[in-house]
Amino acid sequence: MTETDKSLLVVNNLSVAFGTKDNPFKAVDRVSFHVEQGEVLGIVGESGSGKSVSSLALMGLIDFPGRVTADELRFKTTDLQTLNEKARRKITGDEISMIFQDPMTSLNPSYTVGNQIMEAIEVHQGGSKKERQAKAIDLLRQVGIPAPESRINNYPHQLSGGMSQRVMIAMAIACDPKLLIADEPTTALDVTIQAQIIELLLKLQREKQMGLMLITHDLALVAEAADRVVVMYAGQIVETGPASDIFKAPKHPYTQALMNSLPESSEGKDRLNALPGVVPGANDRPQGCLLNPRCPYVTDRCRAEEPEQYGPRGRQVKCFYPLDEAGRPTV
Amino acid sequence: MLQFLLRRLGMVIPTFIGVSLFTFALIYLIPGDPITIMGGERGFGPEQRAELEAMLGLDKPIWQQYFIYLGNVLQGDLGTSYVTRQPVMSEFMSLFPATIELTVCAAIFAVITGLTLGILAAIKRGGLLDHTVMTISLTGYSMPIFWWALLLILLFSVNLGWTPVSGRLDVMFWVDEVTGFMLIDTLLSDEDGAFISALSHLVLPSIVLGTIPMAVIARMTRSSMLEVLGEDYIRTARAKGLSKRRIIVKHALRNALIPVITVMGLQVGLLLSGAILTETIFAWPGIGKWLIESIGRRDYPVVQGGLLLIATIIILVNLLVDLMYGVVNPRVRHSK
Ligand SMILES: Nc1ncnc2c1ncn2[C@@H]1O[C@H](COP(=O)(O)OP(=O)(O)OP(=O)(O)O)[C@@H](O)[C@H]1O
Ligand code: SF4
Ligand SMILES: [Mg+2]
Repeated sequence: MTETDKSLLVVNNLSVAFGTKDNPFKAVDRVSFHVEQGEVLGIVGESGSGKSVSSLALMGLIDFPGRVTADELRFKTTDLQTLNEKARRKITGDEISMIFQDPMTSLNPSYTVGNQIMEAIEVHQGGSKKERQAKAIDLLRQVGIPAPESRINNYPHQLSGGMSQRVMIAMAIACDPKLLIADEPTTALDVTIQAQIIELLLKLQREKQMGLMLITHDLALVAEAADRVVVMYAGQIVETGPASDIFKAPKHPYTQALMNSLPESSEGKDRLNALPGVVPGANDRPQGCLLNPRCPYVTDRCRAEEPEQYGPRGRQVKCFYPLDEAGRPTV
Repeated sequence: MLQFLLRRLGMVIPTFIGVSLFTFALIYLIPGDPITIMGGERGFGPEQRAELEAMLGLDKPIWQQYFIYLGNVLQGDLGTSYVTRQPVMSEFMSLFPATIELTVCAAIFAVITGLTLGILAAIKRGGLLDHTVMTISLTGYSMPIFWWALLLILLFSVNLGWTPVSGRLDVMFWVDEVTGFMLIDTLLSDEDGAFISALSHLVLPSIVLGTIPMAVIARMTRSSMLEVLGEDYIRTARAKGLSKRRIIVKHALRNALIPVITVMGLQVGLLLSGAILTETIFAWPGIGKWLIESIGRRDYPVVQGGLLLIATIIILVNLLVDLMYGVVNPRVRHSK
C-alpha cells in the first residue's frame, strides 16, 4: 500500500534534531511513512531508536531546543507544518490523540478522572456539564471500567496501572480521533494486564475505524495486530512493509536479529536484545550504516557509506545487502 | 478528611505542651531569680521575700508550679507585667492587631510577588526575566533586614519623600480605636486622608518584612513549577490540545503549589520573628517592639507570655497550612 491523497497521515523526511546547531544530534533522521484510515501501523525498534520522539513531533510536542523539519507532514488535507499554534491545538487531542507509556504518571494527580476526561470534551466539543459527564461515564464504560458512575469521581492514585491506562484511552478517544498514537501503551503494566489493554485498543480501533500507530518493543504483538510495520534503528527507518511479508522474510539484518531474539523462548518481551551492543546515542553514532558496529554482515562499504532505501514503494529496506528469502545477505 | 483533621489536631497538643514547658523554664534558665528582679535596686528583706514567694507560688515544688502555670495559661492568665502592672494578656491583645496588620500586609506582598515572579521565571526559564528574578531573590534572601530597611528609608522616605519613616499614622489624625487595625479604623473614622496615611505607613515595613519570605517563595515556586512542567501529566495535557494558559494555571500551578504552601507556612514563623526587628526599626507599636522593650526592662512575665503566645500562633498557623495542604492534595486527604 502506498500513500495517496486519501491517506490519513503522510510523513515525508521527518527529522528531529537536538543539541547545538554546530553539533546536532538527529534523534529522528529523514523518516517517511504513512497511515491509512482504519489501519494499524506497527512501529518497532529498540530503546533509543526514536519512536517516541517521532510521535511527539507529530503531536507538535517537541520543545525548544529540539528542531523539527520535514518535507511533508500532512494530516488528511491539512499541512501540519504551516498551521499556527491555535489551529494545531484544535486538531491535537481531537482528531489526533496519543496515549503514553506510563499511565500512572500521565494522569494529573490533583484532578478526578472524570474531570480530566470531561476537560478533553469541553475543549474540543463543548456542551453542558451534564452532557459531558454523561459522555465521560459512557467512555469509561466503553473502555471496560466497572461502575463508571462512581469511578468518575476517583483520583488517579486510587486506580491501578491497568485502570489508569483505560482512563487514558477513554480520554484519548473522547473526541473520536481519526488517528490514535499509542506509545508503548503496555510496557509499564503487569504482563497479565498487557494483553487486555491491547485487545481493548484493537477493538476500539476496529469499531471506530481509527488509524492506529502502535509503537512497541513487542514484535510478536506487531506480527499479530499490525497491517504494516516500520522498523526503526537509531532514528532511521531501516525496513518497512506489510506485516506478513516482514515476518515471513525480513530483508534487513536488524529486523532479522529482532526476530531471532523473539522469544518463542518467551521472557524478555520488552527487552529487545537483538544484537550485541546498544543503539548508539548522541555521541557515538558511527560513520556509514548506523548498524555497522553491530551487524553480522558488515563490510568495509558499510563502514564508509550510508545505504539508501532500496526496493519498491511500501516494501523498502535500508541496507546494501538485503537478505534473501532464506535470510542470507545478497551481495 | 475528618480522620486527617483529628490526626493533625492530635499533633498540636504535644507541641503546645513542649512550648509551654520551655517558656515556663525560661524563668529558671535566666540568671537571677524573679523576686530579686522584682525588687530592683532596692531589693527585699527576707520576710517580704518569703511573703512574695508564697504569693507567687514559688515555694511549691517545680512540677506543681508548672501545672499551676499551665492551668493559668489555659484560662488566659499569663501573669502581670512587672512594669505596668497590667495583665500580660490584655497588653498583648491591645498590641497584637498592629502586628497582625503588618505581618498580613507583608505576607500578602510576599505571596503575590513571590508567586508571580516564581511562575514567570519558570515559564521563561533561562531567559533574561528568569535571571533577573533569581538575582533579585538571592539578593533579597541574603540582605540583612536592618540594612535593607535603611536603604528603603533613605530612598523612599528621605530622598523621594514618598513614605513616612515611622509609626502607624500621621499625628495630624485622630482615629478612634475600634478594631485595632489601622486600615479598618481609619476607614471607619471620618478623618479625610487618614486611610491613605495609614496605608503609606504600612508600605515600607511590609516590604522590608516581606522581602525574605518573598524571595523564598519565588525560588520555591520556580523550582516547583519547573519540576511539575516536566511531569508526564503536563505532556498529557498538551496532547489534549489545551491552551498554554490552561496548562499552566490548571495543571501545573495546582500541583506546583503543594510544596510552596508548606514553605509559606514555615514563613509565618519567620514573619513573626522578623516583625520584632522590623517593628523596632520603624517604631511600629506592635508586640515585637513590646517584647524587645520588655527584655530590656527584664519584664519576665511579658517575655514569657509574649513568647508563648507567638509560639501558639505559629503552631496554629502551621496547623491551618497543613489543613490547606490536605485540601489541595487529594493524596494527603485520602491517606490513612
Ligand atoms: N528532549 C530530548 N533532548 C535530547 N535528546 C533526546 C530528547 N528526547 C529524546 N532524546 C534522544 O533521542 C533518542 C531517541 O529517543 P526516543 O525516546 O524517541 O526513543 P524510543 O525509541 O522511544 O525508545 P524507548 O523504546 O526507550 O521509548 C534517544 O537517544 C534519546 O536520548
Ligand atoms: S548496510 Fe551493511 S552494516 Fe548496514 S545493515 Fe546492511 S549489511 Fe549491515
Ligand atoms: Mg519511547
